[in-house]
Amino acid sequence: MEKFKILIVDDEQDFLETIIKRLKARSIDVTGVESGYKTLEVLDDRNPDVIILDVKMPGMDGIETLREVKKKKPLVEVIMLTGHASVESGIQGMQLGAFDYVMKPVALDELLEKVRQAYERKLIQEGKS
Amino acid sequence: MESQHYRKLWWDIMLTTLSFSVFPLLILGGVIYHQFSVSYTAKVMDSMKTRAENRCNSIDLFLNERIAQLTSLANTQSLGQLKNEDYLHRVFNIIQSRSRSFLDLGVIDEEGNHLAYVGPYYSALKKVNYKDATWFHEVMATGVYVSDVFLGFRKIPHFIIAVMVREKNQSWILRATIDSDIIEHIVQLAWDGKYGDAFIINRENILQTSARFGGKVMEQPNAPNFSAATKNGVEELDFHGKNLLFATGIVKLKKWVLVIQEDPTEQLTPLLQARFLAALIGLGGVVLIIIGAVFTTRAMMKELMRMERKKAASDEMLMQSSKMAALGKMAAGIAHEINNPLAVIGEKAGWIKDLLGMEDVAKSENLQELADAVNKIEYHVVRAKTVTHRLLGFARRMEPLTERVNINTVLDESIDFLENEARYRNIDIQTNYAPSLPLITTDQSQVQQVFLNIINNAIDAIGKDGEITITTGTTRKNNEISVEISDNGPGMPKDVLQKIFDPFFTTKEVGKGTGLGLSISYSIIEKLGGRILVASDEGKGTTFTIYLPVR
Repeated sequence: MEKFKILIVDDEQDFLETIIKRLKARSIDVTGVESGYKTLEVLDDRNPDVIILDVKMPGMDGIETLREVKKKKPLVEVIMLTGHASVESGIQGMQLGAFDYVMKPVALDELLEKVRQAYERKLIQEGKS
Repeated sequence: MESQHYRKLWWDIMLTTLSFSVFPLLILGGVIYHQFSVSYTAKVMDSMKTRAENRCNSIDLFLNERIAQLTSLANTQSLGQLKNEDYLHRVFNIIQSRSRSFLDLGVIDEEGNHLAYVGPYYSALKKVNYKDATWFHEVMATGVYVSDVFLGFRKIPHFIIAVMVREKNQSWILRATIDSDIIEHIVQLAWDGKYGDAFIINRENILQTSARFGGKVMEQPNAPNFSAATKNGVEELDFHGKNLLFATGIVKLKKWVLVIQEDPTEQLTPLLQARFLAALIGLGGVVLIIIGAVFTTRAMMKELMRMERKKAASDEMLMQSSKMAALGKMAAGIAHEINNPLAVIGEKAGWIKDLLGMEDVAKSENLQELADAVNKIEYHVVRAKTVTHRLLGFARRMEPLTERVNINTVLDESIDFLENEARYRNIDIQTNYAPSLPLITTDQSQVQQVFLNIINNAIDAIGKDGEITITTGTTRKNNEISVEISDNGPGMPKDVLQKIFDPFFTTKEVGKGTGLGLSISYSIIEKLGGRILVASDEGKGTTFTIYLPVR
């Protein structure tokens, strides 16, 4: 049983559903939303430790969402996820405070490993503050 | 087709250059020669005219002097004195002492009788009565008479001058014979050069002095008839098929015509020399212009061909890189579109796998089959992912990391990676490094990827038993380092060589190569500011040369 709470943001419904099911099967506290607006809506309610954020989404894209999230909750760690070679946006994300940048498709175990690292960093950051 | 185009251009340039330099030269030469010719001919003619005038003036002067002498003699002495032959003889001697041109002297009364005579033909002339002679009537009418030249008794050319004097109520005549030698002499002074002639004719076109080529005294001259000339002049005439220059002058006292004849070829020799010289210089100029034009045109054509080759090469490079850019964009698009569904497939497969671990499903008979199938799906998702990720790598426009890199070390590391493979295939990797290769500022991992790609390709190309030589060095200007990787494999035909940097082009078996290695290498090296060149000799091997800026 992991102690962290994950929020997954992706407009690809099939992907979102499946990854939530798989994470839940691993007894991880996970929620999924399909857009940037929803992310901001559920942020206070869910209070996630790590957000896995798709870069390319219709409407409010990943970078914008990241900026808003960091405004509200600076300590939340964000892992950027993309199917695109938009390294620029990846780097931009890192500059805006994202923890890492992962390219689709990614093995679930790898992703979980990144999430664990991000959570650790969050704990350290919280300890400091 | 190409060479025909160049040949036409060559001719165009040559003809333009020649026409714009030869024609002005020829026109200039022609105009200058013509001007010179006109003014020179005018000068020659003018000088002839002046000479004729001068001679006429001299003759007039001479005749006037003689007339004046006789007139003063006749008017200072009385008939009574001169009738005395002794006295006349003394007078004649005095005149003779001053001027040898008097041959004799006679005194004649108005009846035509010879009253006194001094001269060599005393016996023959003393008794002659001149009453019926033409000259006697002339002198009685006009007072002064100068005769044409005649031979007379003496058989030497001479002429007479007679003056009439009125004394009281009677007239008498003093008559003198003048040797025409003097006049001959004056005229002969105008004989110019080897073929120049000068003579005097009277109004009947009879020679008064002997001509150099044109006949003796009292004969018709061997020349056109100028006896009707009334003023000084020069003209060019065709005489017996010969082109000659004639100048005429008028002896005023006698209305004789002095003719000066010249051979223009002689007079105009300097002009002919000038013409020859002008033609020679013109010809030399034309030859020089042609040689110059040939050299300039050749140099121009050479430069043009060099530029065109250079342009073709850079066009090709430009095309190659724009092709790369376009393909990169396309590749990125494709990768993106495939990655998303691939992610879903991967997750679904993962979910199935998760489910297979659950108790109720684990009891299924076909559990093993399902597990195998899911594993295969996952395996192939990974395989597809490798391709899309490499595609994205190809398209990546990332600022390269910059570090100081020793290329020799990077090459050694790359060889370490592939050494086992090479040894297994009995391929010898020889290194020939420049010992003092400068460090360059570049992205080590990217450069390494290129080296690995190319050496790996070389190993694949050789297959078994061969040699790879890696040489490093600096270019002549020292601003680039070069890495040459040669293999002694089978080489490539030209059509393969042209496509070698195209993405997805591979000669390897399906599944063994993605066809992206070299195109990725190409874009990496280009991004790092370098160049990558390939040369291949079918049957002998292939050489890749990579240039990287030192900076």
